[in-house]
Amino acid sequence: MNIDSKRDLQYGFKRGLPIAIGYLPVSFTFGLMAVNGGLPVWLAIFISLSNLTSAGQFAGTNLIFAGAGLFEIGFTTFIINIRYMLMSLSLSQKIDSKIGVWNRLIFSFGITDETFSVASMEQRKLSSAYMFGLISSPIVGWSLGTALGAMICTALPQSLADAMGIALYGMFIAIIIPPARKSKPVVVILLLSIFIHYCLRYIPAFSFISSGFKVVIATVLSAGIGAILFPMEDKKEESV
Amino acid sequence: MKIEKALLAVIIMALVTYIPRALPIAVFRKEIKSARIKSFLNYVPYAVLGALTFPDVFESTGNVITAVCGTIVAFLLAYYKRSLVVVAAGAIITVFITGLFF
Repeated sequence: MNIDSKRDLQYGFKRGLPIAIGYLPVSFTFGLMAVNGGLPVWLAIFISLSNLTSAGQFAGTNLIFAGAGLFEIGFTTFIINIRYMLMSLSLSQKIDSKIGVWNRLIFSFGITDETFSVASMEQRKLSSAYMFGLISSPIVGWSLGTALGAMICTALPQSLADAMGIALYGMFIAIIIPPARKSKPVVVILLLSIFIHYCLRYIPAFSFISSGFKVVIATVLSAGIGAILFPMEDKKEESV
Repeated sequence: MKIEKALLAVIIMALVTYIPRALPIAVFRKEIKSARIKSFLNYVPYAVLGALTFPDVFESTGNVITAVCGTIVAFLLAYYKRSLVVVAAGAIITVFITGLFF
């Protein structure tokens, strides 16, 4: 491993660590829920290790409890996770184009809402060492929190469990506000996306659309309108 | 549900979670030249996070008042560039404390 890779790995790890800590309360809650619903501890941990996602695995696990069919479980989870395709495509433009396909196949496993956002906000092209450093601790944090929740299993006081429900959103807010301070297009796109999502959520005519797909529609429309209103000037190797 | 069927369901869930993550980044090797598409992809993270956060954050604690308080504190901490962990912890603590009153 050369000196650049080592530095990138360490830097990525440093960037991933806060995500891992933020994951603990959320995955803890998942572990509790899974075991209280009747799954064995090992399966709860296996879900977090193999799925590494919040909304998708919460929904899928609830469907398992409800005794849903395999197709329904797979399809619902897939719809919720379609947003990852946008993130993966966006990251394909952000990473070093020389990175080989095997590395891409491995580190893409660690693309989550949070790791994607942190990676997107970096000012330069990303190496595979950075990506491996970034995803390593969130994977551990997500599984570790699940294991703790699954093994402790005695429910937390409801007030504490309720309070921890906001953890993920706190992280999202921490990621979006600083760039929004600096950039008017970002503010406009954020507001648009939130507005469209509200419409899709609360106008009854749209109730047939699944919740995951609503996020995808809001994303595509607002980023699309943003790209028309505020096309970025072409700067070499540089992005927002 | 039998444990074998649950395990199979989990494996299917893992696959349909992994494929959308891996496919575009593995297949798409070239740099996109179009300024419009480039801008679009650069704006995706903000758009996704906005839609993921609102309105769901207000339903995340089982009480709209505590959730609004937590959101405001998170917003302020983020505005003054506190770290991810501080913002998340600030929101949790705010929800917990306001939950004692409301």
